[in-house]
Amino acid sequence: MKRLSTGIWADKGGIRSSVEDEGGTIAGRLRGLVPVIGFAMAVPLLHLVLRVAGTEYCLTQLTMAAYYAIVVTGLGLLMGYAGQVSLGHGAFFALGGYTTAVLTTHDFSKWKAATGWLQEAHIMVARQDLYGNQLVTVTPWAAFFAAMAVAMIAGCLIGYPALRLRGHYLAMATLGFGLIVAKLLVGSNLTGAADGLNGVPEWILMPGLVVSGKVPVRVQNYYLACGLLLVVLVLLRNTVQSRVGRALKSIHDGEKAANSMGINTAAYKLKVFLLSAALAAAAGVFFTHYTAGIGPSEAGALKSLRYVALAAAGGMSNLWGVAIVSLALNYFSLRGWFGTYDNAVFGALLILIISLAPAGPLQPAAAWLRRRGWWRNAQSSHHGTP
Amino acid sequence: MALLETETLRKSFGGLLAVDGVSFKVEVGQITSLIGPNGAGKTTLFNLVTGLLPPDRGTVRFKDQSVTGWKPHQIARAGMSRTFQNPSLFGRMNVLENVMVGRHCCSDSGFWGCALRLPSQKREEQRIRAASLEELDFVGLAYLASFPASALTFGQRRMVELARALATEPEMLLLDEPASGLNTSEKRELGDLIIRVRKRGVTILLVEHDMSMVMGLSDSVVVLHNGAKIAEGTPVEIQNDEKVVRVYLGGEVENVAAG
Ligand SMILES: Nc1ncnc2c1ncn2[C@@H]1O[C@H](COP(=O)(O)OP(=O)(O)OP(=O)(O)O)[C@@H](O)[C@H]1O
Ligand SMILES: [Mg+2]
Repeated sequence: MKRLSTGIWADKGGIRSSVEDEGGTIAGRLRGLVPVIGFAMAVPLLHLVLRVAGTEYCLTQLTMAAYYAIVVTGLGLLMGYAGQVSLGHGAFFALGGYTTAVLTTHDFSKWKAATGWLQEAHIMVARQDLYGNQLVTVTPWAAFFAAMAVAMIAGCLIGYPALRLRGHYLAMATLGFGLIVAKLLVGSNLTGAADGLNGVPEWILMPGLVVSGKVPVRVQNYYLACGLLLVVLVLLRNTVQSRVGRALKSIHDGEKAANSMGINTAAYKLKVFLLSAALAAAAGVFFTHYTAGIGPSEAGALKSLRYVALAAAGGMSNLWGVAIVSLALNYFSLRGWFGTYDNAVFGALLILIISLAPAGPLQPAAAWLRRRGWWRNAQSSHHGTP
Repeated sequence: MALLETETLRKSFGGLLAVDGVSFKVEVGQITSLIGPNGAGKTTLFNLVTGLLPPDRGTVRFKDQSVTGWKPHQIARAGMSRTFQNPSLFGRMNVLENVMVGRHCCSDSGFWGCALRLPSQKREEQRIRAASLEELDFVGLAYLASFPASALTFGQRRMVELARALATEPEMLLLDEPASGLNTSEKRELGDLIIRVRKRGVTILLVEHDMSMVMGLSDSVVVLHNGAKIAEGTPVEIQNDEKVVRVYLGGEVENVAAG
């Protein structure tokens, strides 16, 4: 305790025990469970409240907001941990959604030679569309994998060159990518041009579990979307509290030092970018089946910017905060609370966050609560630990 | 046997020749010091050896293989670790986590293992934590483990950086002015620490301006001036070297040569 005379640090015993806590003692593990349990309890509670209030139809917007929250949480990982900004996450979301939409609505019956074999392999299926026309389309599961493959290939093509360099090349590259994707979607008949695609069939994940916006499965889909969000949050929390998470944080804090510690920062940046793009694309696939369609505005720069604003508002590296802020604000937006100012609200949010609370509004709020003694957070000393 | 060997290494920044054809050797198990006035090219030479900068010309050999053109993370994995002239701890982590980053080299859980908390990952994480605490203890700062790195004094940062470098289990350690900014008692502790590091079998290359420390610790000394090597030898030889004395006691070498 040589030169740190500040009283708060003087308790050696306390320091030692808090180090051991993180090492996996029961107390440490319980503390990690608090947000998980809180989230798992809030989801049915919210359902109950809406049901009692007679507004169960709001679950639809909550479900959509949960899928958007998956995109934003993945972006929070990229921005808050690897220090890289993507201005193209809307495009990855759209790439996932559109690939699925095209494959599951386009009639492939002309390809007679191939469709027979593909149907036997359950990659294609003969079905009727809304108007009773006979179609041969790709099955939702096969389309999901195709969508992920498309997103990952696009991610590699953009990420590989941009992330080998230090600096903000990824932001520029993804911005360009987003503009191109949006333009292509509007310009092509295959993707329904300005109208987008609709009539996307429901996705039977397993018997009894179906991704669909139909009223009888509304509750089921609300729990499915929130469950997926929770799984994503837990997996990402595990990741950031590990060797990989430390490597990511070290890139953000000092790339040269990270390199000299044996961390292949270029590879980590690419991997975390791909992970984050994959989450966006997967969310896009679920969203498209849920709303039975997708439009070109999903790929727009405004959408991508909105995700960045939400990740910043949630505190980026605070993944729970990012998920909750994103869930709430997207819900209000989908309910039409912001009216014609919808995009302006998110722009203003971004400006406010950057100028007033660059670490996110939850950080100062937590500090304020702690000062007043209302909330004790044993991990308060680690900025960036969700 | 030479653990590290450079041959006619050269690096220029625009018109400025920062390292000018430097060849030198570091013998295994020894403490070799690299000295020279400000701007002599010492840090640049470190950056060339550790892969942070690509040389314009010349080669670097480490453990009898060429590592010229290798990336810093590859060189680190090969067993070479370093500290920086300006302590560069990771500001958003606590002290222990900073040292744990050093264990990255010696562990291999990937994204999936970590996301799913596989049993092998959990065990590895515990080993990383234990080994890092040991390194912190080695530099005498275990009690600071859960401090935010940004709250440390300059001297403590230097020590934590050293612990982080040691956590990579290096065969060779490069220290860039570890004593600068330290007070007298901290300097003494650092000297003892460097000797204890050598006892662990780590070969050391030291850049330092504190001559009593350099002369006291080193087995051999290399002197750089304006990017070029002007002398090499034991501390006693260096202290009696005419050129070196001229460089350090005023009067530029060029002036003398010209006049
Ligand atoms: N990235 C760079 N770009 C341009 N010039 C550089 C760069 N790095 C170093 N230099 C220049 O190269 C020369 C050698 O610098 P270097 O930092 O290697 O010296 P040094 O011996 O470490 O000095 P000090 O004792 O002050 O640390 C200096 O003139 C410096 O200004
Ligand atoms: Mg230097």
